[in-house]
Amino acid sequence: MKNITKVYPNGVVANRDVTFEVNTGEIHALSGENGAGKTTLMKILFGEEKPTSGSILIGGKEVDIRNPQDALGLGIGMVHQHFMLVPSLTVTENVILGIEKRKGLGIDYRSAEKLVGDMGRKYNMYLDPKTKVRDLSVGQKQKLEILKILIRGARILILDEPTAVLTPQETGELFAELKNLRDQGFTIIFISHKLDEIRELCDRITIIRHGETKGVFGLEGITDEELSQRMIGRDVQLTVEKPECRRGGAVLSAKEVVVSGDGDKPLLDRISFTLHSGEILGIAGVEGNGQSQLVDAITGIGPYDGGEILFSDSTIRQGDIRRIRKSGMGYIPEDRMTLGISPSLSVTENMIADKIDDPRFFSKGGFIDNGGIDAFSRQMIDDYAILCQNGDVSISSLSGGNIQKVVLAREMSSNPKLIIANQPTRGVDVGATEFIRRKLVAMRDSGCAVLLVSSDLNELLGLSDRLLVMYGGRFAACFSSLAGVDGQTLGRYMLGLDKQDEDEISRSAM
Amino acid sequence: MSVFQQIFSAEFVAMWLRVATPLLFASLGAVICEKSGVVNLGLEGIMLCSALAGVIGSAYTNSLFGGFACGIAMGLILSAVFAYFHLVMKANSVLCGTAINTFASGFTVFVLEICTGEKGNSSSLKSFSFGTVDIPLIKDIPVIGEILSGHNVLTYAAFIMVGVIWYMLYRTPLGLRIRADGENENAINSVGISVNRTRFIAILLCGVMTSIGGMYLSMGYLNMFVRDMVAGRGFISLAANAMGQCSPVGTMCSALIFAFFDGLSNILQLLRIPSEFVQMVPYAATIAGLVIYAIQKTESEKRKRRQMGRKVLENA
Amino acid sequence: MNTKSINRLIDSMKLLIVVVIACLLVSVIILCVSNEPGNAISSFFLGPFTSLRRIGNILEGAVPLIFTALAVTLIFRAGQFSMISEGSFFIGITGAMMVGIALPLPSVVHPIVALLTAGIFGAIAAAIPAFLKLKWQASEVVTSIMLNYIIQFFALYLVNYHFREPEASSLASLKIAESAELPVIVSGTKVHLGLLIALLCCVLLWFYIFKTRQGFRIRLVGDNPNFSSYVGIKSALVMVGAQILAGFVAGLGGGVEFLGMYTRFKWTSSPGYGWTGIAVALLARRNPILVPFAAIFIAYLEVGSGIMARSSDVSAEVVDIIQGVIMLMIAADALLQGWKQRLIVKNATEGGRA
Repeated sequence: MKNITKVYPNGVVANRDVTFEVNTGEIHALSGENGAGKTTLMKILFGEEKPTSGSILIGGKEVDIRNPQDALGLGIGMVHQHFMLVPSLTVTENVILGIEKRKGLGIDYRSAEKLVGDMGRKYNMYLDPKTKVRDLSVGQKQKLEILKILIRGARILILDEPTAVLTPQETGELFAELKNLRDQGFTIIFISHKLDEIRELCDRITIIRHGETKGVFGLEGITDEELSQRMIGRDVQLTVEKPECRRGGAVLSAKEVVVSGDGDKPLLDRISFTLHSGEILGIAGVEGNGQSQLVDAITGIGPYDGGEILFSDSTIRQGDIRRIRKSGMGYIPEDRMTLGISPSLSVTENMIADKIDDPRFFSKGGFIDNGGIDAFSRQMIDDYAILCQNGDVSISSLSGGNIQKVVLAREMSSNPKLIIANQPTRGVDVGATEFIRRKLVAMRDSGCAVLLVSSDLNELLGLSDRLLVMYGGRFAACFSSLAGVDGQTLGRYMLGLDKQDEDEISRSAM
Repeated sequence: MSVFQQIFSAEFVAMWLRVATPLLFASLGAVICEKSGVVNLGLEGIMLCSALAGVIGSAYTNSLFGGFACGIAMGLILSAVFAYFHLVMKANSVLCGTAINTFASGFTVFVLEICTGEKGNSSSLKSFSFGTVDIPLIKDIPVIGEILSGHNVLTYAAFIMVGVIWYMLYRTPLGLRIRADGENENAINSVGISVNRTRFIAILLCGVMTSIGGMYLSMGYLNMFVRDMVAGRGFISLAANAMGQCSPVGTMCSALIFAFFDGLSNILQLLRIPSEFVQMVPYAATIAGLVIYAIQKTESEKRKRRQMGRKVLENA
Repeated sequence: MNTKSINRLIDSMKLLIVVVIACLLVSVIILCVSNEPGNAISSFFLGPFTSLRRIGNILEGAVPLIFTALAVTLIFRAGQFSMISEGSFFIGITGAMMVGIALPLPSVVHPIVALLTAGIFGAIAAAIPAFLKLKWQASEVVTSIMLNYIIQFFALYLVNYHFREPEASSLASLKIAESAELPVIVSGTKVHLGLLIALLCCVLLWFYIFKTRQGFRIRLVGDNPNFSSYVGIKSALVMVGAQILAGFVAGLGGGVEFLGMYTRFKWTSSPGYGWTGIAVALLARRNPILVPFAAIFIAYLEVGSGIMARSSDVSAEVVDIIQGVIMLMIAADALLQGWKQRLIVKNATEGGRA
């Protein structure tokens, strides 16, 4: 892939002049932070996205890939991070979907099943052709996805973070299979940011950061430190004026919280920590290591199956959102478009949606008090510098950063004791980002507790008073003070290379 | 004769099968549609229009086949309109179906009046009907012969269609794609099949099945078209499909259950119950069926959740 | 131009296109089937304005549509698809009839009690599918339609067995007491007090939906139930509440229609106002204040088709055909979306340059 540039219609540059090269018969790692542009690059290769400019060459010949069918025709197959399988169909049916061979009117199931069985045996990935996909384990589903593209004739396999959902045993099996495939002449592109896995499996690595290539390396000649430094980078730290932390009493405490998943691996495995008033507790981690389950459980949106979460001295239960909010929790959700706003209502209405019981906005009889609402809305638009004609415009006409400011205004204006901020600056422009960060610090200074979940390490290092690192549904590290902690250190914990002592973690997490 | 004796008579079975035929066709159509991920509320209107198209077509072409072709064509046209507006113009499927039904109730009376000068029924048209079939040998066996033989050809066709649709859904490439489409669009997309094209085909197939069900009403069950003669059978078919969990055999069973109550209401008319209550029976049975099914489903989900919880606690 | 005015422009264009196509379609159908198309078309479009009585007919015809459309508006606003307004309307007629016949009450009190009964009957009917969904997730679409049939037969049973006029040859109830009737408000027509009640309901419901706490909850739930739950609203309960209120409005409409227009119950099947109400509600873009205009438009088409049927060889059912087409086109979200997108993009790029 030569000089690939991809600009999305909304102006986001996902890839900038990226050149990516893979040799036949190697396992090549494509690595970088979340949002670095790895997946976009591979979607271009698989024909799911069109590059804005650049060219793709296979075996020296320039090719034109417009859709997945073209890609499959050229022998390129992709296993997506989220499986593209139909649960109620059998293994065979999923494999042959779209390339069914007939015998008479019907599908020739016998030869299809034989084919699936034979292919499975040949590549050492045998699955019973007649099993329904919903009865397969996650690892088996992954095998099925690989079989699916092999049977379609793929010689180049793209695997997007294949180990994220696997247990260590399954990961081991997968690696053996992939090595076997390499030895049979297949080319494999392995997207991951787990350094230990890359080292175990891959021959070479290409690192992408902020949509640009940061080099290609043979894995023998480079240390973990050098790699993680290139992946995570050493950007100038964001300077937010932050006075000394005045830590108060406990606001939120989690004790041995368990969230079980669909598989055998729990998504949250006995998590305990305490959050105090007047501090910002950061949670770092590569996405999918249990952060969203933790946030869902704390906010009452999702379930937890064991342990206890206490907020303002009462236990949090799923669905009890009204009471949780009343006792002073504000929540800035990660997915603001589906959870954080009501898209066809106005800016003002979105701001007061959680304040239905506030006498400033609704009189005793339950009637809207336009005067009170307008005054409030104008003040919020001023205070939060929201760029809009007035509060009556529909919120979906605003830019991402301004929508997030509306969410912020709503959540922070209810005098919360605790704010959960989940990826508060994702997809937000630079100006709004800085604004949001300063507001979070201001809330903390006024005695509010802040739980900050973010994948932006600079944000975490710049804002947090204490920092927890999650890996595989558990805490891998806890820093009570951030003095001397840098992105590289965090990176090692986030990627599972290092782990602090359990006792030490639980002591400093309290 | 008591009601029970009536129910256990061969005549009742014959009537039961008679009222089951249109439900079977329409609910099999609903199965195809819903498997592909579309709820087609327009079944009612499609049945009604096809019932009329069949009668008029057969009267004007002077042949049964001509009527059959007209009825099918009607079903295909309405289904294509539904599919176009729902899939391409992104109209909500409930509103789309309701629009088709509103259109149908006016359209049928309008056309009926043009063709016959009357608004009530088509008795003045000389239309054709599907005949009955005697099965040789079996018809001579006492009781069994009476039950199995001598039904309308479409009644037999309906039961055969259960098998045909099953084969289509579970054994052919098209069926595989339809099933995958309803369950995971992304899976279909990622192997390069068009989601909308598959759905379009499913909706058209559903239209064919539904229109046969409609034609049976005016060219088998009765020998003429009567205004609003579908009387909710399209909706009951949707309910049968929901209760049958979208499988052809399960849907056949629920359609037979609903038809049983329909037939029962015919018998109950002999009793001294107000006829209005008797007429309610099929609709009440449909609600009861849906609710019982829904209760069962929520209970089993609850049970599953409890089991999951226990498993995690044991592991911890 | 900002996004809001673009939206408004597109919405008005869409309405205009729908109305124009509806009128064109009527004309085309008439041209196809009529031997005297000129006469038919002019009696359809102009007939309704030829006398005070006929203009009155439009207003009378709009009254039941306003009520059912308001009910549909409430239900759709809450994000639900219950079709119960038909049944609630019919059971409302029945309730008003029972009170009108059986309860001897003084004149002003009588219609009030009758109308309240009608509303409560309607609310009870609407509560059933709503509750079945709340408790067991049974699809409200099918259960409400089935319930409509049951209500129809139940109402006919009540009339037939308990309130039947013994002397009448076809099904008709006893005459209601004169004290229960709603007075005519425009002499020379049959326009009755019900029109004012209907308009009052529009204003009240507009106020309710846009100016009260509960109305705000309904809009939040209907627009994005995830969000409404996230801000701590019990979304499921709000949905049920909206449907019960909608049932009350539809039932009230049944009562108003009956007491204003009839002295006896003569229906042999459910009159279909609930279904037409869907078309009206969609035309009015689910805004109660716009409902009267949409209802008058549909009623105009109905009166016109009635006049045409009497004075030419085209039957009145053409109006049902048109209603189906109107619903289909209004529901088509993608209609004009391409144009809208271009306008927004153009707007954004020009704004960027400025």
